[in-house]
Amino acid sequence: MVTDLGSAREHGHDHPHDHDHPHDHDHDHGRPHEQRPEAAVTHQPSTRLVDLELEVLAKNDLLAARNRGWFEGRGILALNLMSSPGAGKTSLLERTIRDLSSELALSVIEGDQETLLDAERIRATGCRVVQINTGSGCHLDADMLARGLRSLDPPAQSVVFIENVGNLVCPALFDLGEHSKVVIMSVTEGDDKPLKYPHMFRAADVLLLNKLDLLPYVNFDVERCIGYARQINPDLEVLTVSATRGDELERWYDWLRQRVTAAV
Amino acid sequence: MRTTTGRFTPMHELSITESLVAAILERVEGRIQTVTLMVGRLSGVVGESVRFCFDVCTQGTRLEGAALDIIDIPGRVRCLTCDVELELPDTILLCTCGSANVDIVGGQELRIKNVEVMV
Repeated sequence: MVTDLGSAREHGHDHPHDHDHPHDHDHDHGRPHEQRPEAAVTHQPSTRLVDLELEVLAKNDLLAARNRGWFEGRGILALNLMSSPGAGKTSLLERTIRDLSSELALSVIEGDQETLLDAERIRATGCRVVQINTGSGCHLDADMLARGLRSLDPPAQSVVFIENVGNLVCPALFDLGEHSKVVIMSVTEGDDKPLKYPHMFRAADVLLLNKLDLLPYVNFDVERCIGYARQINPDLEVLTVSATRGDELERWYDWLRQRVTAAV
Repeated sequence: MRTTTGRFTPMHELSITESLVAAILERVEGRIQTVTLMVGRLSGVVGESVRFCFDVCTQGTRLEGAALDIIDIPGRVRCLTCDVELELPDTILLCTCGSANVDIVGGQELRIKNVEVMV
């Protein structure tokens, strides 16, 4: 049975006909057909409606659940790091690896549209790293991560940082199977970013406000920014840091240590 | 995806539309005439962008030429401060009482409702 779905499209009338009488297809479909009885029989509805009620991202969510199980089985803490380009994800990772590699087993999956530049920076710290280039893709998805993990082969009881493609929009929608979503924002961006990109800040578990060392040079209100972020996500944890000068990084490391203890 | 200026413009709606097409092709036999998609305003997905990608993603498949009907669903929240359920005028999760302490109860849908198949 054809169900009128309210579409404004024209009726194309290209369904297969098995009748042999000639007729033109230019007539008005907005009024009931006036047809000979035998013709009416051959004009039976030519489509059927299939109810799907299917989540579009069901497949990604399934693969993310698989990744989540894979991490849990190995006692691995996986963190999805997201930010706009240039907020300092890679610098934060370089510093974190340098400061914590003697204490924790760390490895990194780098997501970028192109180049191995970030992976090379991470490799220079001595850390295990795999680069995923998404090409035209603006985010990592669960399948890309699964393939990256097979190549990375991180040890059990370790931490995997997933550096997503620099983008405050798309990565928020794709569950990777991570334990926590970490959003990094810098004070050189506008303090109203949380209001402009609400999906990202709503999805996040923790916000790292980076580049505190540059605060004297920019017009950025830290309290207002945090207020906006909590307006979007009242449970959001906020840590203010400077990855280059080292301000308040100990709080980030404590956050990490607590998560590691819970995960492994 | 190429814009009119010829620059490469990535957006998540492209991969979401690819997922949509793949999910239908996996589950439904035959030629598809119409796809009805529910897009909530809090889903993070722009229906018109999906429509933009749909023609490209369906090329050469059993969905080529299919119509895409989009059901737009406004955001709904329940305020945990004043216990009122309300429809949101935008994507900011705020109750009219000023509280941001709300549970989302609608508007996050990104769901294929049904497809019309040629028989």
